Amino acid sequence: MIKLLGVHKSFGPNRVLRGVDLALPKGQSMVVIGGSGTGKSVLLKCILGLVRPDAGSITVEGEDALRAERDAFLARFGMLFQGGALFDSLKVWENVAFRLLRGPLKRPKAEAREIAIEKLRRVGLKPETADLFPAELSGGMQKRVGLARAIAAAPEIIFFDEPTTGLDPIMAGVINDLIREIVVEMGVTAMTITHDMSSVRAIADRVAMLHEGVIQWTGPVAEMDATPDPYVQQFIHGRAEGPIAAVR
Amino acid sequence: MSVAGALAALGRPVLAALAALGRVSLYAGQALAHLLRPPFYGREFLHALVQIGWLSLPVVGLTAIFTGGALALQIYAGGARFNAEAVVPSIVAIGMTRELGPVLGGLMVAARVASSIAAEIGTMKVTEQIDALTTLSTNPMKYLVVPRVLAATLAVPVLVAVGDSIGIAGGWLVAVSRLDFNSATYLKNTLDFLEFWDVGSGLVKGAVFGFIVALMGCYMGMTSGRGAQGVGAATKAAVVAASVMILAANYVLTEVFFSAG
Repeated sequence: MIKLLGVHKSFGPNRVLRGVDLALPKGQSMVVIGGSGTGKSVLLKCILGLVRPDAGSITVEGEDALRAERDAFLARFGMLFQGGALFDSLKVWENVAFRLLRGPLKRPKAEAREIAIEKLRRVGLKPETADLFPAELSGGMQKRVGLARAIAAAPEIIFFDEPTTGLDPIMAGVINDLIREIVVEMGVTAMTITHDMSSVRAIADRVAMLHEGVIQWTGPVAEMDATPDPYVQQFIHGRAEGPIAAVR
Repeated sequence: MSVAGALAALGRPVLAALAALGRVSLYAGQALAHLLRPPFYGREFLHALVQIGWLSLPVVGLTAIFTGGALALQIYAGGARFNAEAVVPSIVAIGMTRELGPVLGGLMVAARVASSIAAEIGTMKVTEQIDALTTLSTNPMKYLVVPRVLAATLAVPVLVAVGDSIGIAGGWLVAVSRLDFNSATYLKNTLDFLEFWDVGSGLVKGAVFGFIVALMGCYMGMTSGRGAQGVGAATKAAVVAASVMILAANYVLTEVFFSAG
């Protein structure tokens, strides 16, 4: 279980997280929704230790995220970044097999390449893609490669940061389906941040809404539409009128 | 403006400069500490060695040959005022190896390499590639900074040595073709007057300048602001900071070598 208690984070005078309490049971897929600039990415980065929270506690399976041995802690995670964050100087297969080519999970080069090609196949890319460079791929293909990299070392937990941003609706649907399939197939704990409601419905077991630095509402995805919470209702229906100011 | 106000206005940039120097010093300390601890990324080191060393050879060589030629002409013109034209070979050799080879080589590498490193790492930061490295259990300091700093520290002295040789050759070419020097005599005078420490001190300077160039490129890239403007500003800052620090370090090193005799 990933558990956050009273997590605060400010950047100068901007109080981004103001006491986030959240629990994500093992093996579940949670989607965190919220408007742009509400701190969703900061929340993910706090859990990963990329950003140090000012206050509060974060535990992963009971282990304090801030005190854990970094390499072992991060080895449990896979992450799909918003823009893919593929390494320009490395070929596609080297990106996918990055963890398998160095560090404690190091494998022989040929074996790492085989695993990379298998993961590329899993996300619907042909083996010929393996020897291309990221700049030669379309946005959708880059997301798939990012997804292949996130699952290459068989992590226990996968984070998805805005997985469908910048993609056309069909490609977004393909990525959503892939994420759902992979999460179920691998039995991982998943946390996705998005403001794309089609992603929420495709990926989530549970939904949490982040607004003004706190979790305004959390519950099973099946209860999302029926909740009377005015923040959730305004957000999921995309209304300009409501408690969430349109201009932030 | 009151005296206190004027002092405060003067003190603010000084304090900011000292704080920046402190941050760079801490960063340099971290880079050196990581240099001594595994893991080591050999492939990245070799890649950096090619990028920083091999690919800088043309620009350093061209700078050296033109500088050596111009130096020969200037020393000949100056020496002619007191019938000392014969010092051209020795002064070109000493000038190139002790001062112009390392300083101009360092500045050219700063322009080519510090900018490239800052732009590359800055772009990696903006596109979350640095965060991706961390989530893949890879320390960016070890993977990106250490190989570049080590490669530059080792490659720039070699570039300086090559630049010295080309600069001396440039002086020889101009002296023989334009100033009617005898080729064999020119080369003999060059070798007779050149001492080991003339070359050695230049190579030590080259190593320090290489360290500065890579360090500033990495530091400015890692602390780059957001977007294209942030990366552009980081690139400019890397070249300016590396160049100024090279000139300052050159004076300090020259003072140390001078005092040591």
